[in-house]
Amino acid sequence: MLVNLYVNNVLKKYHVQAGEFLLDTLRNDNYISVRRGCDSTSCGVCTVLIEGKPVPSCSVLTIRLEGKHITTVEGIQEEAEKLAHYFGLEGADQCGFCNPSMALTVYAMKNELKNPTLETIKAYLVGNLCRCTGYQAQHIAILHYLEDRS
Amino acid sequence: MKSVNVITPSVDGKGLMMGKAGYTNDYVLKNALIIKVLRSPHPFAKIVSIDDEEAKKLTGVECILSHKDFDRRPFTRAGQGYPEPSPHDKFVFDEYVRYVGDEVLCVAAIDEVTAEKALSLIKVEYEVLEPVLDFEKAMNNVSVIHPEPEIHEMFPIGFEPKKNISASYHMHIGNVEDTLKKCEVVIKESFYTQAQAHSMMEPHAVNTQFDYQNRLIIYSATQTPFHVRRIISQALNYPISKIRVIKPRVGGGFGGKQAIHGEIIASAVTIKTGKPAALVYTRKEVFESSYTRHPMRLDITVGADKDGTLKAIDCYVLSDTGAYGEHALTVFMVAGSKVLPLYNKVDSVRFHGHVVYTNHTPAGAFRGYGAIQGNFALESAVDILCNKLGMDPILFRQKNMMKENETSPIFAIMGEGTEGTAMMMETCKLDYCVKRGLELIDWNNKYPSKKINDHIVRSVGMAIAMQGSGIPYIDMGSATIKLNDDGFYNLLVGATDIGQGSDTILAQIAAEELMTSVDKMIPYSSDTDLTPFDTGAYASSTTFVSGNAVLKAAKTMKNKLIEEAANALNCAKEEIGFDGEIFNKVNSTESITLKELSNRLYYNSDQKQLMVTESYVGHKSPPPFMAGFAEIDLDTETGEVKVNKYCSVVDCGVTINPKLAKGQVEGAIVQGLGMALYEDVVYTAKGKLITNDFMSYRIPSRMETPELITEFAESNEPSGPFGAKSVGEIGIDTPPAAIMNAIYNACGVRIKSLPATPEKILMELRRKNHEQ
Repeated sequence: MLVNLYVNNVLKKYHVQAGEFLLDTLRNDNYISVRRGCDSTSCGVCTVLIEGKPVPSCSVLTIRLEGKHITTVEGIQEEAEKLAHYFGLEGADQCGFCNPSMALTVYAMKNELKNPTLETIKAYLVGNLCRCTGYQAQHIAILHYLEDRS
Repeated sequence: MKSVNVITPSVDGKGLMMGKAGYTNDYVLKNALIIKVLRSPHPFAKIVSIDDEEAKKLTGVECILSHKDFDRRPFTRAGQGYPEPSPHDKFVFDEYVRYVGDEVLCVAAIDEVTAEKALSLIKVEYEVLEPVLDFEKAMNNVSVIHPEPEIHEMFPIGFEPKKNISASYHMHIGNVEDTLKKCEVVIKESFYTQAQAHSMMEPHAVNTQFDYQNRLIIYSATQTPFHVRRIISQALNYPISKIRVIKPRVGGGFGGKQAIHGEIIASAVTIKTGKPAALVYTRKEVFESSYTRHPMRLDITVGADKDGTLKAIDCYVLSDTGAYGEHALTVFMVAGSKVLPLYNKVDSVRFHGHVVYTNHTPAGAFRGYGAIQGNFALESAVDILCNKLGMDPILFRQKNMMKENETSPIFAIMGEGTEGTAMMMETCKLDYCVKRGLELIDWNNKYPSKKINDHIVRSVGMAIAMQGSGIPYIDMGSATIKLNDDGFYNLLVGATDIGQGSDTILAQIAAEELMTSVDKMIPYSSDTDLTPFDTGAYASSTTFVSGNAVLKAAKTMKNKLIEEAANALNCAKEEIGFDGEIFNKVNSTESITLKELSNRLYYNSDQKQLMVTESYVGHKSPPPFMAGFAEIDLDTETGEVKVNKYCSVVDCGVTINPKLAKGQVEGAIVQGLGMALYEDVVYTAKGKLITNDFMSYRIPSRMETPELITEFAESNEPSGPFGAKSVGEIGIDTPPAAIMNAIYNACGVRIKSLPATPEKILMELRRKNHEQ
């Protein structure tokens, strides 16, 4: 089946099986920043933005996305670099496996919420699990990133 | 210092967040076969027959491998130095399956769909055997989990497979029974810990291929690339010279990737077919079919005099290693060796026990490795004893705990599966850690508890802990430093960055000694063809052992540079001053920059490649110490515990990278909180693990995570690189005991079995109220 997607604003035509999930479609097309962490929509590692909203790509069938705009971290390089700068200063990177999905979720949050509090940030990001950091360094880094208006 | 103990972003953080390739699964060739493993539905069974005829006929199936395709060559997957202190009790595939999820066979096919279809077409007939699912009934059970004749220990570890005993051990100092008889107050308690799951975000992954020299190249998410190379060679009887293991970035390990996972199966497929292959575990396989923390029962007796002098500790441990004995002996020994020396003034101490086989998912290495189990038992027991003594638990600890320039005879007796190494505590700031922690948590105003309203009680609890810094006389790290033109360096290390930031901190150490900046010290790690040997990322060894190797290499490189500068400036090397960028000849205006010197060595005069390699083996294992303090709100109506705040004060020597060190502590604290409160492990009566995804197995999310206050004591370890000790594991040890102590302080209920779920707390609370 043919599906037209706008991946990072570039029109892509994918021939997919009916049961193919977006995660596999994107990885097969070398968007390797999209990674699998679980099989049950519960870790957040595979998050991409669909029409600007964070969604776990392991749970969405590609054929249901005709004409939709998909954003991977390759599409928000400047913002990801800026967030990475603040993560670096807090030592919040650690293994990095979930960090592209983290960058996308934080970017979506920044567009969606005005001046979120720490509690709002936690609630927004709750689907993005991390086993390395204990989360707090990430939150400090995210607050600094949100304060940076440059 | 310019590079050490200053905030330095990790060298790979930015690239990884921006989505660059890095992890094992990012390097799978497009034509790789996809491997799927057929796993046992039974906890214990003998395979009678395998019918794979239909599967073989399926287009796209390239190979099916089962026990019939391999010589019987036992090995251990533990991923330790050689000879291993773990029994050789595993075959690539076996005619027996020993837990639900154990490997029966593998299929390699052109894609995942075909591989899975093939699995569904294979019919396996089993003779179902009586499983051993209760580890307290494993010893001498009529069901023998390892009846096969070929298995063996590499040296005496108390291995008695006919009795389902994987390892056993006994040590004592003084006569603990006599001392306990004389003690004025004695308490005896049993504690249980669960099979915690590592839950690293990257599932276990490996891919294999032959290169253009027909050598087997293995990309693996591993903590131990050199051990992986050796074990694959042993298990498959394949020449080690033809194997190259490359560890790319690893998405978290925590001990779970110390042992072999899919590497042998993937290698076997590539050897058999000549084709590249890839195996990535599903999350269910990560839970069911990798490794867990060893569940334990710890029976502990402590005795003291009424003045609060601790006199004796007696500890018996029964540990469940599951179906295979990876780390059976060593994890269990650490429950004594890195816990009991905390109280080094006792008259007598005994530590003994058994590690038994059961038909559960095998246990293996997990951050804290025995120490967290032992710490939970001992630090809970200390509070119970203090309660009976009517003594303040802080004063009791301050009186009895390890101090600087002291030692414990246990260090000499207990090592990692072998004898230990005597050592003095050249740095031990435990006193400060406790004092500062009391301030940070505001102990005096909060201890033991305060009613917030009619059903919420706020309380505090604490525990102290110690760890080690590598395994002395066993763990080796090594480092190569290479000078390039224009005066920048490569740092090649076997040490294994699994996300903890070792590439960064090792580059900082080298940069500091060579007085250059971290961006001119390019680290490359963990490639068995290109980097020098290192035992790998385990036993809190990287900063101390690998770091010392890097420091030695940097010192040697500095000497070589000065020699070459002296040649260039026609003087003795003693006449050369070097600041990292410029070599000055004393009492003259002559100088040469590092840039000029390196270009001269490459292209002009005295031409040579400057490259040095140094190795380091520890002669001691200086323990980091810490005190952990929890403040909780306990709801007496629901049994729910909310951790408000966790204060950690850590003595890990000088922090090479303060933020990464903090990250190690805080990440470990939250894993410890998970073990204390949330991470319940549930098997069905038939031995199937049902907490096998992130829905049913609850690791802490950001909502549960408390405010973390983390500080470091001023401490400078003389034997460590720039004063550093280790920091990778210590953080995980205190939360179980500190939180159980806080729960007791809140409501008088003592939880002795982890995790402390609301149900357990409420039931104990009701029982207690009923008894009153």
